[in-house]
Amino acid sequence: MTVFYVNKEIGMSQRLLSLPLIAALAITVSACATKKKDLPPPPPTATTPSTPGTGLDSGTGTPPVAGVGNANIPGSAADFAAQSGTDTVLFQYDSYEIDDEARTILGKQAEWLARYPNVRVTVEGHADERGTREYNLALGDRRATAAKNFLAAQGVGTSRMTTISYGKERPVAEGSDEAAWALNRRSVTVVASAS
Amino acid sequence: MGPGLRRGDESSSEIHTPHKHPLPTLLSRCYTPAMRMIIASLALLTAFPAVAAPIRVDINSGIAQPLPIAVPGFATAAAQPTEAGTTAELGQRVAKVISDDLRSSGLFRPIDPAAFTTSVSVPDVTRPQFANWRTVAAQALVTGTVTANPDGGITVGCYAYDVFSSEELARQGFVTTAAGWRRAAHKCADLVYSRLTGETGYFDSRIVYVSETGRKTKRIKRLAVMDQDGAGHRFLTSGQNLVLTPRFAPNQQTITYMSFEGNRPRVWLYTLGSGRQQAIGDFPNMSFAPRFSPDGSNLIFSMSTGGNTDVYRLDISSRQLTRLTTQTGIDTAPSYSPDGRRIVFESDRGGSQQLYVMNADGSGQQRISFGDGRAATPVWSPRGDLIAFTRIGGGRFSIGVMKPDGSGERLLTNAYQDEGPTWSPNGRVILFFRSARGGPVDLYSVDLSGQNERKVPTPLDGSDPAWSPLLP
Repeated sequence: MTVFYVNKEIGMSQRLLSLPLIAALAITVSACATKKKDLPPPPPTATTPSTPGTGLDSGTGTPPVAGVGNANIPGSAADFAAQSGTDTVLFQYDSYEIDDEARTILGKQAEWLARYPNVRVTVEGHADERGTREYNLALGDRRATAAKNFLAAQGVGTSRMTTISYGKERPVAEGSDEAAWALNRRSVTVVASAS
Repeated sequence: MGPGLRRGDESSSEIHTPHKHPLPTLLSRCYTPAMRMIIASLALLTAFPAVAAPIRVDINSGIAQPLPIAVPGFATAAAQPTEAGTTAELGQRVAKVISDDLRSSGLFRPIDPAAFTTSVSVPDVTRPQFANWRTVAAQALVTGTVTANPDGGITVGCYAYDVFSSEELARQGFVTTAAGWRRAAHKCADLVYSRLTGETGYFDSRIVYVSETGRKTKRIKRLAVMDQDGAGHRFLTSGQNLVLTPRFAPNQQTITYMSFEGNRPRVWLYTLGSGRQQAIGDFPNMSFAPRFSPDGSNLIFSMSTGGNTDVYRLDISSRQLTRLTTQTGIDTAPSYSPDGRRIVFESDRGGSQQLYVMNADGSGQQRISFGDGRAATPVWSPRGDLIAFTRIGGGRFSIGVMKPDGSGERLLTNAYQDEGPTWSPNGRVILFFRSARGGPVDLYSVDLSGQNERKVPTPLDGSDPAWSPLLP
């Protein structure tokens, strides 16, 4: 666009600025399309983590027998969730402290991981919605790192673990109340691959 | 294709030089040659009356006394066809855009055209019948012409008058493609705003933001751009990858943002001309909260390592990475001062989120926010005089401003959750996003008086807005 200032003389104009228009918007959405994977990564399949089967006996160090009262394949993500009780550890508001309940859960996770030394995990960190976006990304990183460090202290090799923070972007509970927020302040140990 | 995915008006970058003035005889006025030279060299206003007109809008008084202003349809000698409609149709649409721009500022009250006692012909543009505008109690008049050019483009002439003194306040012409009529209208509105407030305008500018849809647990987020008034909306990314916090480069050709592409959350660049998306580096850890330096040569952002988050600077051409903060804690949301010499950021090193200022090399880190609650997401005003931020306290999230030394804090909003401010190009208006409790997420604007709060229309939910500089 050309902007000019209108002079008082008839038929005269004074061009002051040459304004090349932005060619920016000539793109189409197809230029943006990629074949990249969706987020979030697929959750552990099948069984709900919060319902441990009757065969849960993580203290014995003996893997459960597949097919007998337990449909999970040993070493699988579902087996991990079932045997550990849950893949999820909860945190207090703006905290990344591993409390007693979290220690128990992570301890079971570490036992399971000791049984399947070739399994790799990703530890996700999440925050509730009551924080600013950037801070919550960093807070999620703190939580994932805290859970990972606890697992490492229990003997899980750090080379088997990666962390990722989703900040407040991927809640599990949709509500906007304390009950929902408490569920969303969490780390989740996700079995990434088995040997 | 979604709504408004394409805009034809910016596909042509041809520069038009008007060969002869398309406007009719103009009022002659008395200017000294020196005065005209000053006006031209400062690229300010064109037609100052020899004596300053009394009409003036006090930008600090908010919406207390918006100025009644008449913006009749722009005149055309004969309705000529263009690819965007006839010049007569464009004349009406241009006036509507100008009127909407001025109204949105909260400083003007455009008079309903139904009340007008007259329409405007081409001769009226330069010789307004001021009595007709006094009868509708207009204090200012914006009028003009739309003319089709032989090459298919248009020329928009824009004139502003003080109705009571019968004085001309400003005039400017714009030569553009027919589809570029909206930008000409925004530039005319900027001229009027500038002449009547003494501030530069902000209407010819754009917004990049994150368009949101879907359930909270499976939210789909896409980068989108639109004009500051919501027109020309266009999605930039497909929604396959979670994207956050887009920010314009100073030249507006590039956007930096965070993407979870490949489950590797890090900072990316989006080139508007080509649609190219490129990660800025192969850093092993999460990088986020990026912004450009004022000269566009550097990015500042956060990177998290083992639970500790620091601010880094990346030289874009050399890819040299420099760590600017080293203290334990979360140091994030960095934003340069407009002169590029300082950076404001948030840190919880003292126990909770607070604002800190440091020199651009990381030296001299100093806390500037105090008082109750937390302070987060600071953004330095393009004027340099204020820092906008998010104040968290008492279960509420507010948008506030403070001076760079931390003094003079004022809260402009108060809601369940307001967050993520960004400045208009002239530093007078702040855009942010508001999450209703259990409800939608929307873009809002508020001016520095805190009184003119408005929802910014978006096709879907919206968050993480960033305002561009004035378009060139």
